[in-house]
Amino acid sequence: MSDILQLLVYGLVLGSVLAMGAIGVSMIFGILRFAHFAHGDFMTLGAYLGLAFISAFGLSSWWALPAAMVGMAVVAVFIDQVLYRRIRRTQPVILLIASFGMALILRSLVQLIWGSDNQTYASGIQFPWRLDWLGGLRLKPDHLWIMLISLGLVAGVHLFLTHTRLGKAMRAMSDNMDLALISGIPAERVIMVTWVIGGALAAAAGVFLGIDTRLHPVMGWTTLLPVFAAAILGGIGRPYGAIAGGMIIGVSMEMSTLLIPAAYKPAVAFAIMVGMLILRPQGIFKGTV
Amino acid sequence: MELTGIASYLVSFLTFAGIYAVLALGLNMQWGFTGQFNIGVAGFFAVGAYTSAILTTPSSPDYLGGFGMPFLVGLAGAIIASTLLGLVVGLITARLRTDYLAIASIGIAEMVRLFVKNEGWLTNGVRGIAGIDRPMADTALASPFAYLVIVVLFVAGVYVLVERAYGSPWGRVLRAIRENEPATAAAGKSIASFRLQAFVLGSAIMGLGGGLYAHFFGFLSPEAFMPLYGTFLVWVMLIAGGSGNNRGAILGAIVVWGVWSGTALLTDLLPTEHATQAAALRVLLIGVLLQVILVLRPEGILPEKPPRLTSRKR
Repeated sequence: MSDILQLLVYGLVLGSVLAMGAIGVSMIFGILRFAHFAHGDFMTLGAYLGLAFISAFGLSSWWALPAAMVGMAVVAVFIDQVLYRRIRRTQPVILLIASFGMALILRSLVQLIWGSDNQTYASGIQFPWRLDWLGGLRLKPDHLWIMLISLGLVAGVHLFLTHTRLGKAMRAMSDNMDLALISGIPAERVIMVTWVIGGALAAAAGVFLGIDTRLHPVMGWTTLLPVFAAAILGGIGRPYGAIAGGMIIGVSMEMSTLLIPAAYKPAVAFAIMVGMLILRPQGIFKGTV
Repeated sequence: MELTGIASYLVSFLTFAGIYAVLALGLNMQWGFTGQFNIGVAGFFAVGAYTSAILTTPSSPDYLGGFGMPFLVGLAGAIIASTLLGLVVGLITARLRTDYLAIASIGIAEMVRLFVKNEGWLTNGVRGIAGIDRPMADTALASPFAYLVIVVLFVAGVYVLVERAYGSPWGRVLRAIRENEPATAAAGKSIASFRLQAFVLGSAIMGLGGGLYAHFFGFLSPEAFMPLYGTFLVWVMLIAGGSGNNRGAILGAIVVWGVWSGTALLTDLLPTEHATQAAALRVLLIGVLLQVILVLRPEGILPEKPPRLTSRKR
């Protein structure tokens, strides 16, 4: 029983990471109509930007988060302006190819600048709290923070989407592009904000992953498959669905280790995704097919 | 001495380019003709390579093998295995937007890699399979040059096949699906079934490429594929050469393989302690090359030229 509870906690931590990535993937898909394959490497680059910031100023690991989010938001807008904007007018699938190329460019940049070895934000072991009233559940402070901060970020995105003009414009564009454009929504600004949010959340996911495990140039790429699985599960183009999808995928991946070798964890995400594609491709929350 | 060195480099260069040309032709069937976005090329490639290796190597206690089948049987096995994989993936994704195929296909490539890495009884895991012979290994014909001839013959065979497919009514339907899906459906064509056929045929060709690779390189391991780079290179080749154009696919394979090998010559000049950085630099350059092509010349070196419709006989 306590094993299951423990895995549930790990699952929710992983789910928080995946949700941060999947919200961005889903929003970008909703606005620009393409699957953003560089999103995993946005996570990686974000995590490393955070590392660069805290090691330059000798700060503690959590300072990596705001630095990474701001840095990655800027990088995302920059990449959109320099590359994606130029090919946006052609078919969306060309953007898909470009983002695939961008994924490799970002990863090789990370390798060139920071090398290919594992790195960590802070050395040493963190002692978990032992919660006796929960069957001896062990909870690391970092894990608690990851879950709480993602909750906060999700609430922030929610407030933005429901209470600001730009947020409403974004939802309108995602629901019905043509109608939104003829009613005079500033498309370029909405797209820019989409990249700001997508980039910042990807960076948060990367920093969480880095704090939970370690930093490595392929950390984001290997997480991309579960992130996409989460986005599809929640209904692609639906940011709220992405949160549910992230949690379901995260918990399933961790729980699966009770039954199958841990090496096959990504296979669980993949299996859920394939099952979803067969049974209900529009996702739980009816996204864009 | 100098001359034979260059000659043997050239033979090896052309053989690799030929193997990549097979992969690019397979991808052209899926992406260039039909507009299906498969970025799991490495998965189909690996399945083909491992199937052929397992069928042809002598027995070993470490992994399943010892069938000792001839080269051509190995290649046939490679084609069958990748066809089956293509069929499974195609059946799931043929009805969906191509973005879903793209996402599912990285999943497939990843699953194949995980499987190869973890199921040591079948594939010898990370230690890999060594000693995969070239065809006619005991005869004088086992030279690298003879293998180049074999690869060229296969490239030519595949080229003739896909070129005929392109000009046929079947190929016309594929292009129609790519250009305008609703109109093709309105004309009474089953989109899903044509997509599935093109996808499976393309996968089979990639499997053949994998088999050819296994017998040329002689050693397979999950990391030797550099799965992502394999997929990525094939994509850059097809887009640089001109997607939709089969000659473009072959030309792209030779040119991009030349650029890729050329960057290797350059980065070899760097001191060895920077070896990993050098590899990253090469990927970076190829990535930038792709973006430049996409922005400046998205139609590639040899743009697609659909066959002119012959005027109807009166």
